[in-house]
Amino acid sequence: MGKTFAEKVLAQKAGLQQITAGQIVTVKPDRLLTHDNTSAIAATFRKIGVARVADPSMNVIVLDHVTPAANETYAISHQATRAFVAEQEIAAFYDIGEGICHQVLPEKGHAWPGAVIVGSDSHTPTAGAFGAFAAGIGRTEAAAVMATGEIWLRVPESIRVQLHGTLPARVSAKDVSLYLIGLLRADGADYCSVEFAGEAINAMSVGERMTLTNMSAEMGAKNAVVEPDEKTLAWLAGRVTQPFAPVYADADATYASVIEMDTTTLAPQVACPHTVDNVAPITEVAGKRVDQVLIGTCTNGRLEDLRAAAEILRGKHIARSVRLLILPASREILQAALAEGIITDLIAAGATLLNPGCGPCLGAHQGCLAPGEAVLSTSNRNFKGRMGSKDAAIYLGSPATAAATALTGVITDPREV
Amino acid sequence: MKTRLTGRVWKYGDDVNTDVIFPGKYTYSIADPREMALHALEDLDPGFVAAVRPGDIIVAGKNWGCGSSREQAVVCLKEAGVGAIVARSFARIYFRNAINQALPIVTCDAVDGVENGDEITIDFAAGTVKTPRRVFTFPPLPAEVLEIIEDGGLIPHVRKQLGR
Repeated sequence: MGKTFAEKVLAQKAGLQQITAGQIVTVKPDRLLTHDNTSAIAATFRKIGVARVADPSMNVIVLDHVTPAANETYAISHQATRAFVAEQEIAAFYDIGEGICHQVLPEKGHAWPGAVIVGSDSHTPTAGAFGAFAAGIGRTEAAAVMATGEIWLRVPESIRVQLHGTLPARVSAKDVSLYLIGLLRADGADYCSVEFAGEAINAMSVGERMTLTNMSAEMGAKNAVVEPDEKTLAWLAGRVTQPFAPVYADADATYASVIEMDTTTLAPQVACPHTVDNVAPITEVAGKRVDQVLIGTCTNGRLEDLRAAAEILRGKHIARSVRLLILPASREILQAALAEGIITDLIAAGATLLNPGCGPCLGAHQGCLAPGEAVLSTSNRNFKGRMGSKDAAIYLGSPATAAATALTGVITDPREV
Repeated sequence: MKTRLTGRVWKYGDDVNTDVIFPGKYTYSIADPREMALHALEDLDPGFVAAVRPGDIIVAGKNWGCGSSREQAVVCLKEAGVGAIVARSFARIYFRNAINQALPIVTCDAVDGVENGDEITIDFAAGTVKTPRRVFTFPPLPAEVLEIIEDGGLIPHVRKQLGR
């Protein structure tokens, strides 16, 4: 009987001939990703009573959540992380300004086809866009992985998502993600591995695929994966130095469900307050006033996203009533966007540029919302209170929808500007 | 872990996310578990912190703890005195975090048979949740997982494994 991606990759890592969904296995992850929570994880690690991390080359640490430090408390936390990095001789440390951990991880060669990656962040599945098995864990668990070099994992059931057709103009991977989350709901993929395949996926850039795997966390997925192809390998060339062997699901693998979707007639989608699965086509929410627009984050802060926004905003100016924030996912992306003139165009259109990092997405700094305000954001969560006031409204959409909305000050269909 | 737990119910709905259990704006600024407890469920049920009593039980719908991986969403409730969480289903990272903090979690449909303030009894050995209206059953946790809870959480468990 055929095996899914998750069954094959976890069997390989566990050193077992064959495993099936539901089984618990112990594996040694290839990478452990942590961010600003490293200082707290380090404190828990010390309670275990071992002096050294099991394998320093496993650790990838990126300061991204509140960077640069917004106040003394954050500064002390960052300081503790830097001290831990030095003490444990961890080479893969990326200080403030390098970017968001889910973007920096692959950029710096820490994600590859067939790798097993765990991270103390719920959007760790993003790395599945490179054919890796990547799952989020908590802080205590990250400390235990540092100490033991191992983790137990329940082999997940799998859902296959087959995307057929092409994407219409100004409709993107984000709209596909939101549509699927609306369909499956917030728990539709709980504990599951989600495999994305089909010609619409093949046509997507690596960056767009990262949007899909990133958003899979919002349907409860343990991990999500896109099978590697020439685009993946081209993206990884010069970044990943070690040899790897891609893992592909068998054609006759057993799935908990198979979802077939034709994207050819998909409209832009918007997630309305206060849950990500509260999704409507843009035609139903167009006209709602917003005070702020955020384009960026680990979901949509890549070059193709900024390009899509600039294409709509170039030579124009945002509405007077709106604040537009641009948050590139990494330094590399910011540099590429500068070289292409995208940043110049966005700033000329009235945008405020933030440094690469998590920015206002988690409501800690750089553009929090006041009571009664509304935002259209390209990020991945619209939970109550997420971006500041619990009395603010967060709408989620694509970069094109966000740019069109910034132009008019009300939620706007990007196909109409 | 106690084999039986009797407590007063706090009833909540589906898809309660970790942002409303413990707001993101505190995740990197509050390190003391007692201070975390002061913000438990702040954006969902502002009256919770003042009224919760040790041993109270949260009973919820599906997908409890979805969203961010923040472990404070477990720690704040445990510190506030919550003795167990019973939900129709749990988001997977929350499920692991609860095990790792040795906060007992029970997956069953007890939310269908309780009202706020009811007294219910969880019998972990028998796999039952007794509410004033009916008895619900739940499957036992896998042995590997139960051992972590019985050791008092993942850190004591790992210390034991490593002989520390």
